[in-house]
Amino acid sequence: MSTSKLNLENQIGLLFDATECIGCGACYEACKEENNLPATNKDFLKDHLSDKTYTVVEEYGDVYARKMCMHCLEPACVSVCPVGAFEKTELGPVLYNEDKCIGCRYCMQACPHTVPRYEWGKTSPGVRKCVLCHERLKRGEITACAEACPVEATVCGKLPDLIAEAKRRINEHPDKYYPHIYGLEEAGGSNVLILSPVPFDQLGYSTKIPKQSMPDFTMQAMEKIPTVVSVGGIFLTGMYWLTKRKNQIAKEEHNNEKGN
Amino acid sequence: MKKEINMLNDTPVKSEKKFYIKNPFKGPMTFWKGVSFIIVIIGLYSLYIRFTKGLGASTNLSDFVPWGLWIGIDFIGVGLAAAGFTIAATAHIFHNHKYESITRPAILSAYIGYMMVVALLIIDLGKPEHFYHPVYMWNIHSVMFEITWCVICYSTILTIEFAPVVLEKYKFNKLLKIVKKITPAAVIMGVIFSTLHQSSFGSLYLIAPAKVYPLWYSSFLPVHFFISCIAAGLSMIILSSYLCARAFNQGLNIRILSGLGKGALTVLIIELVFKFSEFFSTGKTSLLFTHASETYFFWLEIILGFVIPIWILTHPKYKVNRTGLYFASIFTISGFILNRMNVCVTSLVRSSGESYVPSFEEVGITLFLILAAVYVFKVVVENFRVFPEEESVIEVEPQPVEQSDGLIFNK
Repeated sequence: MSTSKLNLENQIGLLFDATECIGCGACYEACKEENNLPATNKDFLKDHLSDKTYTVVEEYGDVYARKMCMHCLEPACVSVCPVGAFEKTELGPVLYNEDKCIGCRYCMQACPHTVPRYEWGKTSPGVRKCVLCHERLKRGEITACAEACPVEATVCGKLPDLIAEAKRRINEHPDKYYPHIYGLEEAGGSNVLILSPVPFDQLGYSTKIPKQSMPDFTMQAMEKIPTVVSVGGIFLTGMYWLTKRKNQIAKEEHNNEKGN
Repeated sequence: MKKEINMLNDTPVKSEKKFYIKNPFKGPMTFWKGVSFIIVIIGLYSLYIRFTKGLGASTNLSDFVPWGLWIGIDFIGVGLAAAGFTIAATAHIFHNHKYESITRPAILSAYIGYMMVVALLIIDLGKPEHFYHPVYMWNIHSVMFEITWCVICYSTILTIEFAPVVLEKYKFNKLLKIVKKITPAAVIMGVIFSTLHQSSFGSLYLIAPAKVYPLWYSSFLPVHFFISCIAAGLSMIILSSYLCARAFNQGLNIRILSGLGKGALTVLIIELVFKFSEFFSTGKTSLLFTHASETYFFWLEIILGFVIPIWILTHPKYKVNRTGLYFASIFTISGFILNRMNVCVTSLVRSSGESYVPSFEEVGITLFLILAAVYVFKVVVENFRVFPEEESVIEVEPQPVEQSDGLIFNK
């Protein structure tokens, strides 16, 4: 992982503002087209994330919420993959390399946002999720969904600018927003930020996610490995010699007694 | 001169160089033979579906339940194989010679257990054709990567630990000498690798604090996994000694078994106290009495796997009685199996919002692999000196030299 090396200034992300979203589905259609994904549902509001759908718009009363990969700053998927098939790129997208993948599905189990989807219908399935239009970002363009959005509900930009913009919106209209930027701290922060008029659990976002970065939970155990190895090795070797010697002495004493 | 007599008749004799496998189609059809044939047919069919139609068609796994029965069986298989390193350490590192006679069966069952788990892991992979990738594609931050390497290393060590059994049969005396020389070092490394990956199976879930139900989530999950596998491993040795005594006409050494029972009891008490003191210190006590299905599964695990075996193993009569020890081990193992299934299935149902019941193929392949493991164990025991010689030879009645193959079959 290259979190320490990560230059936040260069990171590109998305700001989704549920108070602005009109539920038109332009982002959903644009995503399907950009990634050459087949149609999966006549009513996009009833569709759900799958190996053929990387983003959805969900309806909660009169509020619409987008679901997609959050592109965490310290992604759980990157840290858990045994073969390093996931990568956090310099531009921001978290990308997956199917040629490396062995198909253990630990990424799906570990993702705090439960985003990665699997090609269950295939005999050699891969993991599928939003790639934050990495190819477009490399060309200096914004993501397809942000480009398609007719209002200011999905905005693409540099992460520090997005954070400033989110704070500005909340500060200017405190009555309109629930005072929290989802994704700013969740799971150690992500490149996708979300604003909502209501508490986030009402829009189907998990509010149980800790603020700590997810790989930290594993590192607490992993960092003890060198200690276990060295202390265990010394202890066991010591016991080996000690008990061997003890048995030897016992045997000698036994023999001596016999001799006497 | 029993050996010489045995050399002359046709029954499989372990000191002979010949490798002997009984034809399963010969001989009378028994109940267990019939069950085995059915399991083999179901298993082969399930494997065919798994590899031709894919994981989606052959399992009930989904985007919300990416791990199911197979991962649970991997946990259980590796946990029950813990006897391999525990007994090897007791006999070879702590030089407790009382347990010398059970090291070979313990190591053999661990060896076969690991082979079964590796086979199942590969079947479970979405891209089994890439199974060798962790060998040269490294991600040292991944628990799964660490487990993979520990399993590879420990399997190698089990090979070294079990090698003498094969080498002595085929009289490779030079190689045998070398292997015996490196055995102590191998056993020490084996204990370390086992400690690491037994606990790491628990570490797998550390990264999902928001998903795992709090009754099972703990930052000490790896410690819980490690402690509980020792009790389960010791119980597995008691159980398999009991079953082997019946199947192979071995004598049962009650002194050894009650020693193992005492070990299991100590570990069970430590784990139980540790578990509950953690609940009290983290303020999860109220969850123990919440009206929820997780609560019932949790208490079932505690009663089956702790309360009953602890009662039996502290009972003055049952703790030194073969039936008592047999039941104590069965309860400990059941509680252990339930614990692992609870961690990998029950604890995640609520957060995933989807329930999971394994498919026909998942169950079929699992049963098939368990049957294969038992069969391999049987064949190896019949051909190699796994159990101590005095006991096994005494049981074999020296037969008259003239007796032919046909006559033996007529018996």
